[in-house]
Amino acid sequence: MLACMSGHAFATTTGIKSIPFSHPEGKMPLAIRGYKVSTGNISESRKKAAFFNGVRDGIPIALGYLAVSFSLGIAAKKAGLNAFQGFLASILNVASAGEYAGFTMIASDASYLSIALITLITNARYLLMSTVLSQRTAPEMKPVHRLFVSYGITDEIFAISVARPGYLNPWYHYGAIAISVPLWSIGTSLGIIAGNMLSVRLVSAFSVALYGMFLAIFIPPMKKDRTVRVLIPVCFAASYLCSVLPGIRTVSSGTRIIILTLAIAGSVAAIRPIPEEKNSGQMSAGKTDVPEEK
Amino acid sequence: MAHNVYIYIFIMFLVSITIRLLPMTIFRKPIRNRFVRSFLYYVPYVTLAVMTFPAIITATQNPVAGLLALIAGVAIAWAGGNLFVVAAICCAVVYIAELFLL
Repeated sequence: MLACMSGHAFATTTGIKSIPFSHPEGKMPLAIRGYKVSTGNISESRKKAAFFNGVRDGIPIALGYLAVSFSLGIAAKKAGLNAFQGFLASILNVASAGEYAGFTMIASDASYLSIALITLITNARYLLMSTVLSQRTAPEMKPVHRLFVSYGITDEIFAISVARPGYLNPWYHYGAIAISVPLWSIGTSLGIIAGNMLSVRLVSAFSVALYGMFLAIFIPPMKKDRTVRVLIPVCFAASYLCSVLPGIRTVSSGTRIIILTLAIAGSVAAIRPIPEEKNSGQMSAGKTDVPEEK
Repeated sequence: MAHNVYIYIFIMFLVSITIRLLPMTIFRKPIRNRFVRSFLYYVPYVTLAVMTFPAIITATQNPVAGLLALIAGVAIAWAGGNLFVVAAICCAVVYIAELFLL
């Protein structure tokens, strides 16, 4: 994150400093003309820089997605999907838990209504993430950007987008999408085609890739935020209890995630509300909402 | 009765894009309520944590392998490992652990 912030700062400073340096003998008019020209370049190159920062930060996500979607493809194959259908499902949904639950439903020839319901339940957390991002969106952002930013809300892309300071830059988001979503979709197809060739041992090893990615997202903030440091073990304990206690144990894991999220996040928000200066949805504390553009 | 796979996929798409798009288009003004802002701040941590545990120990063939992957993943993430490094180490730990455990 620090690297991309300094990247932006670098582009800005060089853009401004290049005006006097590129016109050493120039007087005011030249400088003004130079400034006008480079304003357009700065905005274009900023978009590009943001996009490539997104691609760069998206590479580890994409590699993780390739491994995870491979195991997802194995589930898709069991549900009777061919490689093209698996690709289509992944590029349209971009949701690990949601797609997995959907494939399980397809395998049992469930009704169209129940597949809509399970998708709603397993993806409900995106409703919350989208709400968080909406608070970090410049009010003047175009609807088309809102649509494509929404499309790319996944646990991981959300995490790297929200960890950046200031208003959300759609081009950063697109960079991360451009590298990770194709690999997610291709991985699903590969899982369908090659899943049978992979040993049970390898499938078992690949299956934890998704959780490793989650850990990389929520463990680092424990170092900075004392409430989060207590919160994570509490979540683990509550989630474990819900998986073994009679009654709630029989509730589907997607529904359990929703109940636990609402109950725990609601309680901690009531007991330990964030300080007024902390911005909503800011993953790391102590940063201020400074718009990046302008 | 057999359902059409393409209709299944289309319904999944319709539901998931609606979920993601609605807040981005409706809640366009900043939320002032402190409880709501706190709630939204904590949601990602809680939802990812409850999805990770105990699922990580039931995903593997042997739960001990999953537990070892969890411990290794927490340690590497704490030390500052990025997404890919943490995910790869978790996979490697499970693979190696299951060579001995199974």
